[in-house]
Order: sequence, then structure tokens, then C-alpha cells
Amino acid sequence: MSRDTLTGTRVRERRTILGLKQADLARSVGISASYLNLIEHNRRRIGGKLLLAIADALSVEPSVLSEGAEATLIATLREAASDQPDARAEIDRADEFAGRFPGWAGLLAEDRKRIDTLERTVATLTDRLTHDPHLAASLHEMLTNVTSIRSAASILAEPGEIEPEWHDRFVRNVNEDSARLAETSQALVKYLDSVDDATADIRAPQEEIDAVLARHGYHFNALEDPETDPVALAADLAAEQSAVARTMLAEVMTWMHNDACAVPLDTATDGLQTLGPEPFELATRWGVDPAVAMRRIAGLSQKLGQGAVGLAICDSSGSLIFRQPMEGFPLPRFGAGCPMLPLYQALGRPLFPIAVPVIPPLRDERRFRAFAFARPVGTWQPNRAPLSRAHMLVMPEQAPDPARSAVEIGVSCRICPRDGCPGRQEPSILTPGAVIGRLTL
Amino acid sequence: MGKTVLLIEDEPNIIEAIRFILKRDGWTVDTHSDGRDAVDVVRGKQPDVLILDVMLPGKSGYDILRELRADFSPEALPVLMLTARGQSKDREVATQIGANRFMSKPFANADVLDAVRALAGA
Repeated sequence: MSRDTLTGTRVRERRTILGLKQADLARSVGISASYLNLIEHNRRRIGGKLLLAIADALSVEPSVLSEGAEATLIATLREAASDQPDARAEIDRADEFAGRFPGWAGLLAEDRKRIDTLERTVATLTDRLTHDPHLAASLHEMLTNVTSIRSAASILAEPGEIEPEWHDRFVRNVNEDSARLAETSQALVKYLDSVDDATADIRAPQEEIDAVLARHGYHFNALEDPETDPVALAADLAAEQSAVARTMLAEVMTWMHNDACAVPLDTATDGLQTLGPEPFELATRWGVDPAVAMRRIAGLSQKLGQGAVGLAICDSSGSLIFRQPMEGFPLPRFGAGCPMLPLYQALGRPLFPIAVPVIPPLRDERRFRAFAFARPVGTWQPNRAPLSRAHMLVMPEQAPDPARSAVEIGVSCRICPRDGCPGRQEPSILTPGAVIGRLTL
Repeated sequence: MGKTVLLIEDEPNIIEAIRFILKRDGWTVDTHSDGRDAVDVVRGKQPDVLILDVMLPGKSGYDILRELRADFSPEALPVLMLTARGQSKDREVATQIGANRFMSKPFANADVLDAVRALAGA
């Protein structure tokens, strides 16, 4: 059952929660109780004025009734189901489950995220034990000290006399090396203790900085001041985060600061309020690169009353290096994202501005505007293709043009139901028989 | 003059201990502590046996040995590699790039002496 056909179910649930009788609700919106009964059993579709009236009577936003659970919640449920295929969860009814039991669905989704975090913790700790440079350096130093002590002690312990000068020298060496060994051991224990503490809330560095950025609404007033030191600010804000996260945040805040210097707040405000969040027009007006305009819009749009927007930035490999999510538009988190995203289309066409309507698979009727732009970054080197970074700004489409078809996009292939998608890399758990695009190559 | 050993190692107290036991056994021992110019030093001295640490400042023992093996066969320049990493993959790497022997730290003085004698055919 698709999500929009569950509107009646949501009406019934909401009415029951409020303790309203069917007849009372029907009367208040001017329809018969029997007609409401048909609606509540999803046997009559509703929309328009009647939907607005019922939503008003039930004190909810109409979208809560018409759209039900969040797209991201359903995506998480599908991922959870795909992780445990033996459980045989009814994947095709995830919408229905989330709509009927939003609390349970939320709990399941949260647990799934927790498992995901724990699995990454295990991977991170394993990686740390194997590749941690501090641990490796400490162990190397300890082994060096032990080797030195063992060699000198063996010489001292051998039967027979050695010259007093050599004797004294090796005794001194043993003393020095044992002191160093003690220091290294203590430092290592201290380090391992701190690692142990850190695992209480261990996350990938990208997640750590995502949390800091989200906490501040992806905008920092201090960075509007040209005198602010963005690196110092990042160090301050991420004092509790890992060193890697601090470094990554410093980079993000440095470009945020550069953007604010390139397009001062007054200029940005004037442009946004005059033209709205139109990245290519604003880039021309501000005399900056479209990527700068997209980042500036992402930081200020909501604050200036221009509505929420989402922003994704990826490097040449397609890995997301910045992710500002937006409600209703699920962006990929880890691993491969949907190759149909304009973000990746831009990567293949550097310096070509892209502006297309897009439809995520989980919002049957809701379209978004996506703007994408990629440009080379770094220094020019002979005979070397430059690295690129692609930006994609997304926002709800306010007045969809039905004559203009939208690009059908997904989150990742595994949980995307689209059949016949040319970008499909792996079968979907939702449509097991779907053709895999790359097999047709 | 006895046979010569060149010890390339950056830890002074280990240098001192190895030099002592080898000298006592009649070897002439030269030492060097920097990886960067180690290849030139080996070419200049052409020792009977080279004892080469893996972790050196400037250049790793593996890189040094790779360069040396372009000019010196394992018979012409026997090499005993020392490392604080005794994992099998390190031993494998050392063997692949042409180390004659591989010894992980901490080692026994007697084992070092035996290895040097064996490599020099003494």
C-alpha cells in the first residue's frame, strides 16, 4: 500500500489519540460520519479543502496526514531490513509500518542507527589497534629500549671480567634505558586509558563535525567577522572531538570564513532577499563562483526566511565531504550514493551549471530543485588532470512545472525501488528483479 | 685486519652493545645512524656484512636495501635486517627485497654474533 493511500489510517489514529468520536469529527468538517468512515478505511481519497479542514480539526499539519512518516525514517527501516534478510521483514510495507506505528518504527530506526554506530566503533578500534601511529611508535620505542637493556645486561652478566670503562658504560646504559622504558610504558598506559574513555562516544570524524555543525545550524555568526580566526574557532568548538575531526572542522570553517569575506553578510542578505536562494543568479550578482554562492545560501537561507535548503559537497571520488541535510530529502551518508544525483552529474561536467527538478523515491508527489556545480580545485600540474569538487544545493520546489519532467533520484541502490534505473549498481531489496544497469554495459 | 661489519642503526645504546660484542669477537665495526645517505656509506665502505635496522631517520631500511640490491647480490653483500616488528609480513618483505637474514628485536647478543659469523662464512 503506498504512503498517500494511508491518509485515512492516519486520520483515524490521530482522531483516536485525541479521543474524538467519528461523528463529531465528521460534523465539524461538514461531512457525514459514513463518508468519514470510508475515508478512515482508505476507501476514499481525500485532498484539498477537506484534507485541510480535517487537519485543522485534528490540530496537525496536513502533510502529517498526507505524507505520514519521514522519508528518512522509512529509508532507515529499509536499511535495517536489508541488513537482516533472514528476518524476512515486510520491506514493501515499511511505509505502512512507519505510518501506523511511528513510535515503534522510530525505536527500530534508532536501534538500527545505534547498531550502525557500534559496528563502526568496532571497525575504528580494530583499525586503531592495527594502524594507530601512536601505538606503533610507543611499542617500537619500548622494544628498542628492551633490546638495548637486554644486550647490555647480557654483556654485564657474562662470566669473566670486562674493562671497568665498558662495565660502567653498560651499567649507565641499562640505567638510562630502563628509565626510558618506564616513561614509555606509563605514557602508553595513559594513552590506552584515554582511548578507552573515547570509545564511550566514538564516531567517524565526519559524524563528529556533522554534530558540531548541526548544533550551530550550519552557520557561525563569528565567521561573519573578517578578524575571526576560523582555525582557532574550530579548535574551540571541537575541543572535545578527535584530532582528525578538529582538523576537518578547521577546513570547513576556513572556507565558511572565506565565503563570508567574499560575500559579506549585508551583501548576502540583500541578494537573498531580492532574488531568493538562486545560486547561479546570486553568483553573478555577488561576482563569485557558484560553489561559493551555494555554500553562502546553505548557511543563511533559513536564517533569512528563505526556507530550508540542503547542501552536499563531494570530492573527485564521489565521497561526501560535507553534508547539510534537509528534512524530506534523504542524502546518502556513507558508501556509494545514487549516481543519478545531480551532484555526480556535475562531477562529470566540470564548470557546467546544472539546475533540475528531482524526485526522491520516498516522496511520491514532492519535487525538489537541485542545483549542482563542479569545479577543479588545487594547483595546476602538467599532465595531471585536476581534482574536482562538486556542490549540490537542494530545496523544495515551490511551484512545480508539470511540463518539466523531474529526474528520478534515490539514496543508495540497495534501498531504492526504482526499476530500470540506468544508474543501478546493485539489486534493490525492494525490487529484487530489477535490472542492474552495469550488467548491460 | 679482521672482517668488517657495518652497523646502520639509530639507537646509540644498541650500537654500543653490538659494537662491543662484535669487536670482542675480532670484527672491525663501523657504524652509521642516518638512513638518508646510508646507501652511499655502504658503497664507500663495502663491508663483509651489513647489519641494517628497518626504522631509520630519513629512509627506511627496506628502501636502502632495495637500492643496494640493484648493485650488490646477496652473496656480494650479506645483509642482516633488524626490526622491532617481528610480524610474518615484515619477514616476508625483508626476504623479498633481498635480506639474507631477518632478526626481530629484542634479540640475544649470541644470536646476532652467530648470524654475522654465518653470513660472513666465518
